Amino acid sequence: MNIYIRAAAAISPQRTFGPSSSLTEPVGYTGIRLKSIEPDYKNYIDARLLRRMSRIVRMGVTAARECLRQVEEKEPGAIITGTAYGCLEDTEIFLTEMIGQKEEIVAPGAFIQSTHNTIGAQIALILQCTAYNNTFVHRGFSFESALLDAMMLLQEGEAASALVGGVDEITDITHRLLTRFGLYRRFPVSNLDLFLSGSKGTIAGEGAAFFLLAASPSENDYARLEGVTTFYKPDTIEEIEQHILSFLKVHQIGLEDIDLIITGRNGDESGDEIYNSLGRSVFSQKKSINYKQLCGEYPTSTAFAFWLAANLITPRTMPGIRASVQLPEDKIERVLIYNHYLRTQHSLLLLSACR
Amino acid sequence: MNLSSASSSAPSTAPATAPGAGSGPGASVYVAGAGVICAIGNNIPECLSAFGSGRAGMGEAKVLETAHQQEIPVAEVKMSNEELSGLAGLPSGLSRTALLSMIAAREALNNASIGNIAALRTGFVSANTVGGMDKTENFFAGFLSDPRSGKLGAVVNHECGSITELVADRLNIRHFLTTISTACSSSANAISFGARLIRSGRLDVVVAGGTDSLTKFTLNGFNALMILDRQYCQPFDENRRGLNLGEGAGYVVLVSDRVAASLDPLCKLSGYCNANDAYHQTASSPDGRGSYLAMKGALERSGIRPQDVDYINLHGTGTQNNDMSEGIAVKRLFDPTYPRMSSTKSATGHTLGASGGIEAVFSALSVRHGIIYPNLRFENPMTDLPFVPETVFLKDQLVRHVLSNSFGFGGNCSSLIFSKR
Repeated sequence: MNIYIRAAAAISPQRTFGPSSSLTEPVGYTGIRLKSIEPDYKNYIDARLLRRMSRIVRMGVTAARECLRQVEEKEPGAIITGTAYGCLEDTEIFLTEMIGQKEEIVAPGAFIQSTHNTIGAQIALILQCTAYNNTFVHRGFSFESALLDAMMLLQEGEAASALVGGVDEITDITHRLLTRFGLYRRFPVSNLDLFLSGSKGTIAGEGAAFFLLAASPSENDYARLEGVTTFYKPDTIEEIEQHILSFLKVHQIGLEDIDLIITGRNGDESGDEIYNSLGRSVFSQKKSINYKQLCGEYPTSTAFAFWLAANLITPRTMPGIRASVQLPEDKIERVLIYNHYLRTQHSLLLLSACR
Repeated sequence: MNLSSASSSAPSTAPATAPGAGSGPGASVYVAGAGVICAIGNNIPECLSAFGSGRAGMGEAKVLETAHQQEIPVAEVKMSNEELSGLAGLPSGLSRTALLSMIAAREALNNASIGNIAALRTGFVSANTVGGMDKTENFFAGFLSDPRSGKLGAVVNHECGSITELVADRLNIRHFLTTISTACSSSANAISFGARLIRSGRLDVVVAGGTDSLTKFTLNGFNALMILDRQYCQPFDENRRGLNLGEGAGYVVLVSDRVAASLDPLCKLSGYCNANDAYHQTASSPDGRGSYLAMKGALERSGIRPQDVDYINLHGTGTQNNDMSEGIAVKRLFDPTYPRMSSTKSATGHTLGASGGIEAVFSALSVRHGIIYPNLRFENPMTDLPFVPETVFLKDQLVRHVLSNSFGFGGNCSSLIFSKR
């Protein structure tokens, strides 16, 4: 059966959100951290509720509501969220209060909002949606697991539509901590020049991207989700190549049927060597672009790549989107996304044009 | 090019994208094995023995260093991290969440007696809510005053998904991994997700369940919500005062009917349902709509009627709100014929992300051995409900179908049904 991407919305470090979204001039940052361009949330969330919501919950709820607004749907058949870090801001606030007050009774607000399922729960609450609701929290598999859950639900006939999203934020405290792990570049860099020189480390990013998937076609669908697969700690490049070829075989296509590869190159020399190697083997001869120069590196960044792919395939093109990734205006019918997060979680996502 | 130092078995390259043979709505999923560790025992025999003698696991915190030690009873696993490390075969410096997970998952796999799981498409779907917070919260204190302080090793496995990977690596399960976190329904959702992966033909075996260790973070969080009992909890009692936090891990090994054919499974997983209460971030709706939808959906999927249920393992945390909400939902669904029911949280405490998994194990054992668990310290019936929980441990009863409830913050409500094969 076919799975249709009926709506797509992304809040990201680029101008990807809302009616005036455009990638004609990708936003350039100089630093080691990209922050999302946030919309006016009041258009999506009641002011009273908004006041109590943390940033990541606002982003997730807004992206989800924008999807429903695009198709004028009131209630999805399921709400499935992928987030690796969860609600960092509230976690940090509660930890700080608890430590500072030496475990004397603290206000519960931050604790309540700190749980990983808060984003999905708030979406359900605002929509008054009692349907299936799940949250995946597995690092670079979080968004992919959410997609898989949604696909299965639709294939099982349990739901006619599903809201699926990938959300992660970066906070000052967490960024400071991850910097100690050596994840990021030591010196500020321009995101748009991320791949210019071999260097150690990447740049931090964040974002919230939601999609409405459906089991039946409609007039303005972006694209079809053909499949998603994940694989863990492959030992060799050959193993990665095997996964790619098997994945395509299961979907009864070959590399010749792919018009565009989107890879998760992130500017870290040793991690990017995987993409370089694939570029010399299975992906040689294929048109290939990167996406993390636009959104930065974070565990659910493939949600941004998914948004990008859907917007490249759809006939209703967003202004400047081709140019932003240096692509000509030719039709793109089938896109394969391949990403690895810290060489540990690897994923393949396949999208194609609606027929 | 060698990419990782993790040793591996030959990978199965069949991707988990497309449904396969042996799948479909009629496909059955069996529980081939189970494993548990909690405040009343480090494995299944110890837990059953504790239930048999009416022993509860609550007491003063001995492992967790908290300012509330003398004031708030908790249900800790009665082992230090050193001792857990010995049982788990994992380094003692790791998060307690991972140590508990490893022990229960290993017991489940041993009991399943599958043989060579590497030859099958095997997945690990684990759930937790705290991740490595037991380590992080101690690191954080120093980090706040000086961002350069503290050992990174303490926080490298902070994420929920990292806990899953630590255990998956040790169990040598690599084909499919994921982690779910939906508050108190987390591991029930892990189990139903695992079942669906099997029914759709994507996997043959799934180790599914969850884990959570006690942390100052959760203890203080629940204390701030004012739903912690200063005494030992009394679920479904008219005068109940709140919950006791617990810790532990519980896993089932789910298998397809093809794999089950050569095994002696405990029971079938015949029903599951996930619904959302959509009422409030932490409180349950007065009419228990999320709970009602979850139970009703699970019954419908299993094809049984309410009167076919022989035992309900209640979510039964002991809070005013949950027990009323869940009670009303049970009344709506089962009136006038009520099955026997009890909350095992009266013995184990509320183990949060692990509760669905731990209680799934108890439910599977209930079907297999005809066990009815006691609802400890029950004194006064709730005046608004026309039923009371069981207070005596029973064995060898006729138990064909068991309903297990897990209702959490964020309105995440899930129910599972285990049935005789």
